[in-house]
Amino acid sequence: MTDFLNDWGLTLVIFIPLVGALVMLAVPAVEHQALKRLALLTSLATAVVGALLLLDFDYGAAGDLQFVVDASWIDVINSRYIVGLDGISLPLLALTLVVVPLCVIYSWDHVPDPGNPKAFFILMLILETGMVGTFLAQDLILFFVFFEVVLLPMFFMIAVWGGENRRYASIKFFLFTLFGSALMLLSFLALFFLSTDPATGESLRSFDMRLLSDLAGAGILSATQIWIFAGMFIGFGVKVPMFPFHTWLPDAHTEAPTVGSVILAAVLLKLGTYGFVRIAVPMLPEGAEAWAPWIGLLAVIGIIYGALGCLAQTDMKRLIAFSSVAHMGFVMLGIATLTDFGINAAIFGMVAHGIITGMLFFVAGSVKERYHTLEIRRLGGLLTQAPRLGWILGFVSMASLGLPGLAGFWGEFPAILAAYSPADGLPVEVFRTYMVVAAVGTVLAAGYLLWLLQRTAMGKPSEEFADSDEIVDVTRNEWISWVPLLVGILLFGLLPGLIFDVIDPAVVNLLATGAGG
Amino acid sequence: MLSSVLVFAFERPPIDWHAIAPELTLLGFGALLTLVDVVWLERGRAISSVLASLGLLAAMVPVLTLATDGADRATFWGAYVIDDYSLVMKAVFLLAGYVVVLLSTSYIAEGDYWESEYYQMLLSAVLGMVVMASARDLVTMFVALELLSIPAYLMATWRKRDLRSNEAGLKYYLMGVFASAVLLYGMSLLYGTAGSTILADINAAVSDASDGTAPLAVVTLGVIFVIAGFAFKVSAFPFHTWAPDTYEGAPTPVTAFLSVASKAAGFVALLSLVFVGFWGRSDVYQPLMWVLAAASMFGGNLMALRQTNLVRLLAYSGVAQAGYMLAPLAVAGESLTTADDALSAVVTYLAIYAAMNLGAFAVIIAVARRTASAEIDSYKGLFHYSPALAVAMTIFLMALAGIPPLGGWFAKFEIVLALISPQTPWGVALGVVVALNSVIALYYYARIASYMWVEQASAEAGFDTVSPIKVPTSVSAALVLTGAATLAFGILPQWVGHFTDVTLLATLPS
Repeated sequence: MTDFLNDWGLTLVIFIPLVGALVMLAVPAVEHQALKRLALLTSLATAVVGALLLLDFDYGAAGDLQFVVDASWIDVINSRYIVGLDGISLPLLALTLVVVPLCVIYSWDHVPDPGNPKAFFILMLILETGMVGTFLAQDLILFFVFFEVVLLPMFFMIAVWGGENRRYASIKFFLFTLFGSALMLLSFLALFFLSTDPATGESLRSFDMRLLSDLAGAGILSATQIWIFAGMFIGFGVKVPMFPFHTWLPDAHTEAPTVGSVILAAVLLKLGTYGFVRIAVPMLPEGAEAWAPWIGLLAVIGIIYGALGCLAQTDMKRLIAFSSVAHMGFVMLGIATLTDFGINAAIFGMVAHGIITGMLFFVAGSVKERYHTLEIRRLGGLLTQAPRLGWILGFVSMASLGLPGLAGFWGEFPAILAAYSPADGLPVEVFRTYMVVAAVGTVLAAGYLLWLLQRTAMGKPSEEFADSDEIVDVTRNEWISWVPLLVGILLFGLLPGLIFDVIDPAVVNLLATGAGG
Repeated sequence: MLSSVLVFAFERPPIDWHAIAPELTLLGFGALLTLVDVVWLERGRAISSVLASLGLLAAMVPVLTLATDGADRATFWGAYVIDDYSLVMKAVFLLAGYVVVLLSTSYIAEGDYWESEYYQMLLSAVLGMVVMASARDLVTMFVALELLSIPAYLMATWRKRDLRSNEAGLKYYLMGVFASAVLLYGMSLLYGTAGSTILADINAAVSDASDGTAPLAVVTLGVIFVIAGFAFKVSAFPFHTWAPDTYEGAPTPVTAFLSVASKAAGFVALLSLVFVGFWGRSDVYQPLMWVLAAASMFGGNLMALRQTNLVRLLAYSGVAQAGYMLAPLAVAGESLTTADDALSAVVTYLAIYAAMNLGAFAVIIAVARRTASAEIDSYKGLFHYSPALAVAMTIFLMALAGIPPLGGWFAKFEIVLALISPQTPWGVALGVVVALNSVIALYYYARIASYMWVEQASAEAGFDTVSPIKVPTSVSAALVLTGAATLAFGILPQWVGHFTDVTLLATLPS
C-alpha cells in the first residue's frame, strides 16, 4: 500500500477528478441523478485517496517533499512531471479535497439556472484537477499549466451560471488573471535562463522547483532579481488579489453562482499566496527583500481599503468579497515579513480564510435562495425566521472577525505580531507602522461584520418577507455540506497546533537558504 | 545520332529519386485526377475527393521513409535539400491538405461547383508547398511560390456566381502579383551581388557585404524586398490588407487552406531565407522582423476586437498569429543556440497552429450548414442546441488564445522561450509584447465563447435553434483529428516538440 501510494498517490489525487469528468462526458445530459452520483463519487474517491495520503504522510519529516514522482514530460524544454507533498501543500490539499465534495452536495438539489448539471459538475471536477495539481506541482511549467487549467472552468462557471452581470464579470476575471500569468511566465523563463550552477557557473536551464529553491537565486544579480520578482508579483498578486489588482474579485464573487464563489474564495485565491510562498520568496530572496516593504504597504492598504469597502456595501455577497480583500491583506502582510513566523501565520491564514469565507459564501447563497435578494437593506430578522441559519451566520462572522478560540484568530493575530520583527534587512519602523495599521483593520473588521449581522440577522423580518413560506431553516443537504467546515473552524481555533506543527518544518526548510537564514 | 545531340543539349542532373518521391507522388495523383476527369467525365466526380485524399496520404509514405532513413540529402546542386526540417514541414502540409480535403468534400459536392478541377488545384498548391519546404535556391523558391499561389487565386473564386468570391479572388490575385513583383526585384538584386541563386552562396555574399566587397545598400535593399514579398504571403501587418476580404469571400474550406497551409508555406520560405540565405545579415533582418512582428501582433489583435464576422475575425487573428511566429526571427541572429531555439519555436507554432485553426474552420463550416452565415451573432446559444460543436469551438478558440492545457500554450511558450533566451533588452521587450497581446486576443476569443455559452439563440434568427446540427462524416473526421491534435499537443507537448526540434544551421559553414 505504502509503495503504491508513494508511486501513484499524488498522480491519482490529481487526475481522478479529470477521469471522472471524462466518464461523465459519456453520460447523456438528461440522466441527472446518475451524473450527480458520478460527480459525488469522483470527488469522494479523490478525498479518500487524499485521506490515505494524509495518513501515510510522515509528519516527523513534514519539511521534506514526500510521495515524490519525477517523470519525463517535455524533454525539449527540460520540463518534467514532478509532484510532491510537504507540510505547506498538505493543509491546502486537504482543504481542496474537502471543499469540492461539499460543493457537490450543496448543489445536489439546486443546480443554479440555467441548469445543465452535466456541464456544471464536469467543470467543477476539472477545477479540482487544476487546483490540486497546482498545490502539488514541483516543476514551474507544470505549476503554470495547472495554475491556468482552473481559468477556463471558472470562467464558464461565472459566465453560464452567474447573475445578471455575468458576462462582464467573467471576462474581467479571465483577462485580469491571464494578464498576471502571462507576466508570471516571463519571470519563470527568466529564472530558467539565468539560474546557474554555483559549482560550475554554467546555466542550469531547469524548471525544477526543488533545485531552484535550493539555489535561492544564487548567481542572479540583485537588480535582475527585482525585475523577475516584479513579474511574479503581478502574476500572483492578481490572483490573491492584492490592492490595486483586486477589482475583478468583487465582480466575480457577486456574479458567480454560490459554489463558484465558495471555490473561488476557499481555494482559488490561495493559488496566488501559495505561489508567493512556494516560488517567489524562496527562489528570489533578494528580489523579495527589495519588494517586501511594498508588498507590506499594499497588504495594509488592502486591509484598510477592504474594510472600508465592506462598510460601504449594500449587497451581502459583495461585502464578503471585500472582506476577502482585507483578509488576504493579512496573509500578504505575514508573507512580507519574510520570517518563518510570518509565513506560518500566512499559511494558517490561507486555510482559515478558506474555511471561513467559503462558509460565509455558502450562507449568503442560502440566504439568496430564500429571499431572492442579497440587498442588506431588504433583509433582517434571520434569527426569527430561520434561527439556525442566523446562528450559523453569527458564528462564522465571529470567526471571520478573528475571535480568539476560532480559526480566524490564528491567521490574523500572528501575522500582526510577525510585523513587529520582520526579517533582517527589512525596515523595522515601517513594518511596525504596518502592524499598527493592520491592528486598526481588525477593529474595522469587527465593525463591518457585526454591523452586517445586526442588519441581517437581528431585528424583525421586513414586511416584504414576513409571510414568505420559502424561508425555511437549514436543510439536510446544507447541514451535510456545512458541518465539516463548522467543525473545522472550531477545531483549528482550539488546536491551531494541528496545522502549525505540519507547516512549520516545511516553512523553515524553504527559508533555510533564502532570506530567513 | 539523335540521342547524342540530345545528350549534348541537355545534361540531366543527377537525381535522387527517393528524395523527390513525395513530390512525384503528388504529381502522379494530380495527373490521375485529370485523366479520370477526362475519361469518365461526370462519373469521375464522385471519386475525385477520395483520390485527392489518397494522394495526400500516399505522399506521406515517402516522407516517412525519408524520415526513418535519417540522412540529409541534397540534390539539384544543393538547390533542393531534404533534412529533418523540410520533412516536418512537408508532413504538416500534407496532413493540413488532407484535413482541407475532408472539409471540402461535402461543401464542394453539394454546391454547384467544378469538383475534379478543385482537387487538382488543391493538389497542385500542396505540391508547391512541399517543394517550398525543400527549396534552398531563389528560383526553386519562386517556382514553388507560384505553383502554390496560382491555384490558390483560382480556388478563392470557386463560387464563381458570387460577387464576394470574385472580389476575394481578384484582390488576392492583384495583391499576390504585386508581392511577387516586389519579391522578384529583391531576388534580382541579391543575384546581382552573389552571382548565384543558391541560398548558401547568397549568404556568403551578403555576409561579406559589410567589408566592402559587395555594395551594402543593394544587398540591404534586396533583403528587405524579399522579406516584404513573403510578408504578403504570411499576411503580416501592414501587408495583410487582402486577407480579411479574401477570407470572407472565398469558399470557407479554401479560407481554411489559405489561412493555414499557404501561410505556413510563406513562413517556410522566410525561415529558409533567414536561417540560410541572410544568416550573416542579422543587422538587417532582425530590426525588420521586430517591427513586422510587433506591428502584426498589435495591428491584428486590435482590429480583430471590432469584427462582427467570425471569418474576418479569424483573418485578423491570423495576422496577429503571424506576428507571434515572426517574433523569434527578430532575435534569431544572436547566437547559434538562439537560432535553433527560434527555428524550433516557429516550426512548433506552425504545426500546432495548423491543427487549431483548421479545427476552428471545421466548426465554422459545420455551423454554417445550419445558419448559412459566419456572423458572430449567429453563434448565440450554440451551446444550448449543439453542445458538442460549441465545446469543440471553445477548445479551438482557447487554444488559439494560448490557454493551457490546450495546444496553443506550448506554441506561445516556445516563442517566448526563444525571445528570452538571448537575454537582450529587445528580445525581452518583444516577449512582453507577446504576453500583452495574448491578453488582448483573449478578449475577442472569450467574447465568442460567451456568445455560444451565455446568450440564448434569438427567436427571429431564421433557422432551427432547437435540434442539434447534423455534421457530415468527413467534417466530423476533421474535427476529431484536429481536436485530438490540439489536446495532445497541449498535454503532451513532447509529441510535437520531439519532431520540431530541428536545425537549419548545419548546412552553414561555421
